[in-house]
Amino acid sequence: MASNEFNPEDLLFAETHEWVRLSEEDGAKVATVGISAFAVEQLTDLVFMELPAVGTQVEAQQEFGEVESVKAVSPLYSPVAGEVIAVNDKVPDELELLGQAPFGAGWLVKIKVSDDAGLANLLDYASYQKQCAEDG
Amino acid sequence: MTDSLLNTPLHSWHVEQGGRMVDFAGWSMPVQYSSIVSEHRATRGGIGLFDISHMGRLEFAGPDAGPFLDRLLTRRVVGLQEGMVRYSLVVNEAGGILDDVLVYRVGESAGRPTFLLVVNASNRAKIVAWIERHRRADDDVQVEDRTAATAMIAVQGPQAVELMASLVEPPVSSMKYYSAAVATIGGASGLVSRTGYTGEDGGELIVPADTARQIWERLVDEGAARGLQPAGLGARDTLRLEAGMPLYGHELSEEIDPYQAGLGFAVQTKDRQFIGRDALAAMCDAQDRPRRVGLEIEGRRVAREGYEVLASGVTVGKVTSGTFSPTLERPIAMAYVRSDVAEIGTELTVAVRGQAVPARVVTLPFYQRPK
Repeated sequence: MASNEFNPEDLLFAETHEWVRLSEEDGAKVATVGISAFAVEQLTDLVFMELPAVGTQVEAQQEFGEVESVKAVSPLYSPVAGEVIAVNDKVPDELELLGQAPFGAGWLVKIKVSDDAGLANLLDYASYQKQCAEDG
Repeated sequence: MTDSLLNTPLHSWHVEQGGRMVDFAGWSMPVQYSSIVSEHRATRGGIGLFDISHMGRLEFAGPDAGPFLDRLLTRRVVGLQEGMVRYSLVVNEAGGILDDVLVYRVGESAGRPTFLLVVNASNRAKIVAWIERHRRADDDVQVEDRTAATAMIAVQGPQAVELMASLVEPPVSSMKYYSAAVATIGGASGLVSRTGYTGEDGGELIVPADTARQIWERLVDEGAARGLQPAGLGARDTLRLEAGMPLYGHELSEEIDPYQAGLGFAVQTKDRQFIGRDALAAMCDAQDRPRRVGLEIEGRRVAREGYEVLASGVTVGKVTSGTFSPTLERPIAMAYVRSDVAEIGTELTVAVRGQAVPARVVTLPFYQRPK
């Protein structure tokens, strides 16, 4: 794993395989969101990704983009509610970043959290891994 | 959940090797081992090894085997020389496609002319019932479903024929395209044909079920140096799509006739009688019906099955199969569209999840192997 990646132990995970890193920026709660290594491995053969524009309002557990593989298209669900304040535009052009550094350079969006409600549904890494073992 | 699924003789190998197993037509089959693109490229550049044991294998033996099959198939069977294989269709009385099949003239078995019919897994029960329904009491033909007793392995790619040389006698290199022979395969008695569903050279092996794993493992071991990869149904689908080959349940159904599907070459109505013959003879061409076309799609989003095809904002058809072509590195699709917009070069759009994406009608196949 690349050293500039987050430690997955420090992340929260949605059942739909997005991860969240919570931090404080200028007094606001900010969620950095990506998709897990397990999700990338399961999808394989990625060909396309669509991400929202900066300024988009997203709702918890609502679609904010999509990722497409040779086999299928999968929606990306926002783990939190808030406003998109940054988008990693490199990823749609270099989808291999998702495989190389899913918890680092492959981050997708930063969201200024407006409502903590969605956070209660997220799993810690151990619980998430357990879910993946059952799915895989 | 998987209890009721059928397993091929290679099932345990697929599971041990990390194959991702899915339900396909009631069979537990590997959709991929590593990645679809990687398995696809191995097949185009070296060898792809496919377990296709789920395909139905029906044997017909007896003096009336040929005439009986002749009544069921759109192409002449009587007169087929020993060792010849033909692509053909089974159609209903209205000319709708029940299945697309390969018929093999195998030779004599205990003095009885023998044929093999390879049918789609999804259609096997239907075709077996169709055969029983149309068999006459005085037909001297024995029909045996050999699917469970045998395995079928496709060895496909530019290196496939050479790989099989050490394992298969007679050598595939001595055989013509679309021919078959009774063969010794890894010491077992089987059938080899120079056929496939990938657009590459290669062969398909039918072997006794209890020898399948040993033969498969030998091919894997000896093929490693030639770039062999085991390949799942995912790559099989992207390969056949690039090769412009229709797939039953997508491009073919009972609501589709051979002419619309671009399969007129597999219909011979002259001087013969078969089920659906009169309906097909009356249709002759597909001018008034939607036609199967190939579409090249702009961008990188895949136009998938069921998506609408439009011309100047008006719906003119539907996508039946779509993928991202690993060879062309762009999305490709097959669709049925109104015949007046089916000409090569016609500019259309596909509604891809709410967006009108430009698409162009192109010649099939999308990919042809270098000669």
